[in-house]
Amino acid sequence: MNASTTHSVSLSDLRFGYDKRLPTVLHGLSLDIPPGTITAILGPNGAGKTTLLHIILGLLSPQAGKILIDGKPQTSYSRRQMSRLIGLVPQSEYIPFEFSVLEFVLLGRAPYLGPFEMPGEADRHIALEALQSIGLEHLQDRPAPALSGGERQLAMVARALAQKPRILLLDEPTSHLDLSNRDRILNALRALANDGVTIIFTTHDPNLVATTADYVVLMRQGALLSAGPIATTLTAKHLSATYGLPVEVVNLHGRPFIIS
Amino acid sequence: MARHPFIFLTALLLLALVLSLFVGRYPQPYWMSPTLLQEDELARQLVFNLRLPRILTAILLGMALAGAGAVMQMIFRNPLVEPGFLGVSQGAGFGAALAIIKISNAPLVVEMSAALFAILGLVLSYFLARNLRYGGWVLRLVLAGIAVSALFSSGVGLLKYVADPLKQLPEITFWLLGGLWSVTWSELLYIVPVVVPALVVVWLMRWRLNLLSLSDETAFSLGVSTGRERALLLGVSVAATAAVVAVAGIVGWIGLIVPHLARRVMGTDAQNSLPASILLGGIFALLCDDIARTLYVGEIPLGILTSLIGAVLFAAIMMSRAQRFKP
Repeated sequence: MNASTTHSVSLSDLRFGYDKRLPTVLHGLSLDIPPGTITAILGPNGAGKTTLLHIILGLLSPQAGKILIDGKPQTSYSRRQMSRLIGLVPQSEYIPFEFSVLEFVLLGRAPYLGPFEMPGEADRHIALEALQSIGLEHLQDRPAPALSGGERQLAMVARALAQKPRILLLDEPTSHLDLSNRDRILNALRALANDGVTIIFTTHDPNLVATTADYVVLMRQGALLSAGPIATTLTAKHLSATYGLPVEVVNLHGRPFIIS
Repeated sequence: MARHPFIFLTALLLLALVLSLFVGRYPQPYWMSPTLLQEDELARQLVFNLRLPRILTAILLGMALAGAGAVMQMIFRNPLVEPGFLGVSQGAGFGAALAIIKISNAPLVVEMSAALFAILGLVLSYFLARNLRYGGWVLRLVLAGIAVSALFSSGVGLLKYVADPLKQLPEITFWLLGGLWSVTWSELLYIVPVVVPALVVVWLMRWRLNLLSLSDETAFSLGVSTGRERALLLGVSVAATAAVVAVAGIVGWIGLIVPHLARRVMGTDAQNSLPASILLGGIFALLCDDIARTLYVGEIPLGILTSLIGAVLFAAIMMSRAQRFKP
């Protein structure tokens, strides 16, 4: 994509399988993601998108291949350094206890607190700011498990914002959201990217990619089919290969719009 | 303002401690005048060599069970977990029954055997969980705990069946219902080196406990070494539980119910609910033990009282519209 600067995330020849007896999930995947951009990982269900996010996060280790985060090997960072560098918004989360929304978002401050330390006024302030930036401050005292699916997804985004990561990974970030909340998250992501945060999200909705992302990575069955800027990559030919069915791309208000 | 409820609970605990010294059945039922301490040598002996160690043990018992219960409910992400469930309680029960039948009913022998089998129960649960080919690690540990507990409780059933119904059976039954009648300074000295450090560790890490109640991927992304931190908190909690169970027998409900009460009054955040759970556990166990040794000439098993009072209290508080503290 862009060779001149240090890449935020750089993967080369990544191989991964959950079990030796099972077929590999990723085979020989290489990818460079420049800083301050929004990259969408697009592909059908089971393409290995979440696996790829978990590998970038360091939760899963590849069997082979190299991972550079900000130009340095992923393994050279400690757990604590990694958690200040990379945040994750999972697709969904079961919350077994009745944390208030503010307490839940405050957990995002963990990377900056020692093992015996409690969050202080400054941390509360950051957590409140995160809630305000996605318009959830009016729910701060509500028990988190009582939130609707969409509100919970917003709360998870707020928690990741309170974490102040350099790279933010989101797994299907808009799957439970209505149109206005979707816009809210996408605006927040764009603002973050403008501040230099690298955003990587997975989705199976090509139109979300068309309206939101700078770059797109097309995946199918653990292989990277193509990657690059939206204009040259999100094309009928590439999308048809990704989904294995004929896909048409039309131009709507200067942006590609995908019909299948 | 933030510390207000804790000052209140700590004061309540200290008050209960002091009052408990003068509660009992000497020289007459229920209450002893403090002035008697100056006149009566027997009263002094009774208060400082029998009541005081017993009172302190009751407080530590309640603190350990309620603290461990709060930790385990959060780590297992399951509000129905109680601290003895990983084979610890039933293991201790089996060890005690075995000692009473095969060796001797001397308190020290019974306690050592109970401690040994409590640890054995835990080790068995752990290895069974490691080798189960089913489910995630939380589910595997829970299943292994259930299986090992069932194993030991069937063993207890067998031992009760072969026990001498006049001499040994009442002893076993009484032990299984829990109680602190055999506690002296030496029992207190056995459990202090285990329980106190365990409570300090979980207290220090109380905010981080919240993180461990999140899903694995989220906790990991927030910088938690999930395996190591869970193992540490779980290890000290189980050790504290095993220590108090060995001395006091199976005292039910404290570890299950007190954490719920604490979350009810202080909110879920373990930064507040864990210390509240520990303090409430101490107060609750102490008051129950006071009743156990005072109400009748003979002793009421502590486990019966904690269940009875705990269940009633639990229902009352959960049904009330009690306001939550806002620290």
